[in-house]
Amino acid sequence: MTTSHHTFADKTAEAAVRATPEPLARRVRSLSDKAIAWLFIAPTIALLLAINIFPLFWAIYLSFTNYRANRPNAEVRNVGLGNYSRVLNDPDIWASMQTTAHFVFWTILLQTVIGFGLAYLIDRKFRGHAFWTTLILIPMMLSPAVVGNFWRFLYEPQIGLFAYAVSFLTGIPTSEIQMLGSVQLAPWAIIIVDTWMWTPYVMLICLAGLRSIPDYIYEAAEVDRASPWRQFWSITVPMALPFIMLAVLFRGIENFKMFDMVNLLTGGGPGSTTEVASIALKRDAFEAWATGRSSAFAIVLFVAVFGLANIYVKALNRVKQR
Amino acid sequence: MQKKWVPLFGAAALCAAMTTPQAAKAEQLTLCWAAWDPANALVELSKDFTAKSGIDMKFEFVPWTSYADRFLNELNSRGKLCDLIIGDSQWIGGAAENGHYVKLNDFFAKEGIKMDDFVPATVVGYSEWPKNTPNYWALPAMGDVVGWTYRKDWFERPELQKEFKAKYGWDLAAPKTYDQLKQIAEFFQKRQIDGKTIYGASIYTERGSEGITMGVTNVLYDWGFMYENPKKPYDMQGYVNSPDAIKGLEFYKALYDCCTPPGSSNVYMVESADAFKSGQVAMQMNFAFTWPGLYKDEKVGGDRIGFFANPAEKYHFAQLGGQGISVVAYSDKRDAALQYIKWFAQPDVQAKWWKLGGYSCLKAVVDAPDFKTSQPYAPAFLESMAIVKDFWAEPSYAELLQSMQKRVHDYVIAGKGTAKQALDGLVVDWTEIFKEDGKI
Repeated sequence: MTTSHHTFADKTAEAAVRATPEPLARRVRSLSDKAIAWLFIAPTIALLLAINIFPLFWAIYLSFTNYRANRPNAEVRNVGLGNYSRVLNDPDIWASMQTTAHFVFWTILLQTVIGFGLAYLIDRKFRGHAFWTTLILIPMMLSPAVVGNFWRFLYEPQIGLFAYAVSFLTGIPTSEIQMLGSVQLAPWAIIIVDTWMWTPYVMLICLAGLRSIPDYIYEAAEVDRASPWRQFWSITVPMALPFIMLAVLFRGIENFKMFDMVNLLTGGGPGSTTEVASIALKRDAFEAWATGRSSAFAIVLFVAVFGLANIYVKALNRVKQR
Repeated sequence: MQKKWVPLFGAAALCAAMTTPQAAKAEQLTLCWAAWDPANALVELSKDFTAKSGIDMKFEFVPWTSYADRFLNELNSRGKLCDLIIGDSQWIGGAAENGHYVKLNDFFAKEGIKMDDFVPATVVGYSEWPKNTPNYWALPAMGDVVGWTYRKDWFERPELQKEFKAKYGWDLAAPKTYDQLKQIAEFFQKRQIDGKTIYGASIYTERGSEGITMGVTNVLYDWGFMYENPKKPYDMQGYVNSPDAIKGLEFYKALYDCCTPPGSSNVYMVESADAFKSGQVAMQMNFAFTWPGLYKDEKVGGDRIGFFANPAEKYHFAQLGGQGISVVAYSDKRDAALQYIKWFAQPDVQAKWWKLGGYSCLKAVVDAPDFKTSQPYAPAFLESMAIVKDFWAEPSYAELLQSMQKRVHDYVIAGKGTAKQALDGLVVDWTEIFKEDGKI
């Protein structure tokens, strides 16, 4: 009786096991590492495809059409390379690229020199260096919208502190110091603000580079009676160079796309003096509604940044391998 | 014990659930407009509509700087956010051709709303597409026009009057011509009044949206600038860049160079009103909607402020502002939205609209015998509305506007090239745009 009972129970149990789905944990355990890895990254990839890759391909498609987002009912025609030809032959677009290049060059130069200089000073670990480091980092922590509005008031010719300070130092009347309204001064007004805001970022990266240089190298140089100047040029600069180059890369890419600061400070004016590529693109896409043409412009910009960044990264890798 | 209450609470929740949908059935309309003083007046006015119809009004107001971006995006994406929209006058062509607005002809006919009852310029400006044809896409809602305010208290100072008369040979008063306006502006420029340096005039110079175009056209029309040959559509050569138009643009630049406050390179409605309110300028160019607020201002309003219509030169025009109210074609509440328009078109509602600070376009209101004396700015408003002219309302107005913004800002503010080059360039740009549109 007992035996037959066991037999029945066993059979029931076996049937139950067959009927119950395999627990998830066991099924997951049966997956290969590769499959599990795919399982984890699949949502990210899906998201990336949806919000990065699809829009990119959609923009590429639109760049070959006459599509206008404000004419949803109009017929969309393929215009071949027409938009690209127009973008590449448009003197206004080339002017905006020149303006962008001007900004990128000066902001990177100033931010690198000042940022590295500050990092070098902070690295001396003088009394209160932590306090000064925090203080220097504040501009970087602010939102560009706040910074833009803040500096717009500072630049105000009649009540602005900047105009007052320059007037105090030079004797020029404040009403003559029109940082945002003058064709000559407006580009520099933006360069000053961007440098003020982002030099701390370069400083941080440079500081990391300087702190990564082992002390024993300097000690060996001391033993060899190398002067501080020689130590600086032969040890500090070469060893921090990959970090400096990294900072230049980050700031270069960011400043190539510079938008918020320019938009808030000058809106591209006076005239088109500070109309950088991103402002010109925004106008074309969302004010003139030339969606197809602006997509071509965006692709040209993307290729330019991507190409330049790739060349630069190769140079950076070479420096790192030295 | 507690368990006893469960069915009770359940029943109460069920009752609530059954009654809530009833409450939600009371419709709610969303009206989209710019965030400015007249919008606040409309909120106040619309309370009467809610009381009468039981339909709640919700308002989506966005600042002028993002007004076009925000709502054109909404319309282009066929969004359902707005049931009613008070869209800018230039949008009418695009909104009509792209099917964003409901055509109102049948509704007007059914409800007995006659366009003849409204000021003709506002019907053409805010409602019609194609222009000058009886195809209506909006009801004129907010009449507006570029005009001027001035510091009446400064103008009335005997010592300034005496000095001005000695210098220019005529009495210091609201100018009738642009020469007079410039003389006054020069007279006040960098003058010390009550221990403060003041300036001549604040004029539109904004680059980002439509500011400098509205200011420049306001002046150019008077010199003879025309958008096209009246006999041949889209024929712009010699009209946009006529010798008179070139002189007008040169005048605008001269006025900017001689007589505006420092830092005036990006001025539009808000900045211009601020310059006036802070006692910085003797005169201010601005849309009429700012006048009620300025008149109420404690520092510069009341007896201190005066209003005048755009001065004349060879011709006498003023740049039209303002908007019509439309029903959005994508709204699910079209009937209720039309009900609002029907209510808004009533003479007594329009009269109250004017009282609250909106600018009615209904003839019954503006032609009323007491209208001119109803507010100190009413005569200037009436005079201005009689001489209005508007920018292109073509579906491609945005691109046309961008070209003009760039060309005139480059010349007037950045001093790039000549007025002739700016207007010649504008003809090239506009011709290209119309060619792409298939209009030429």
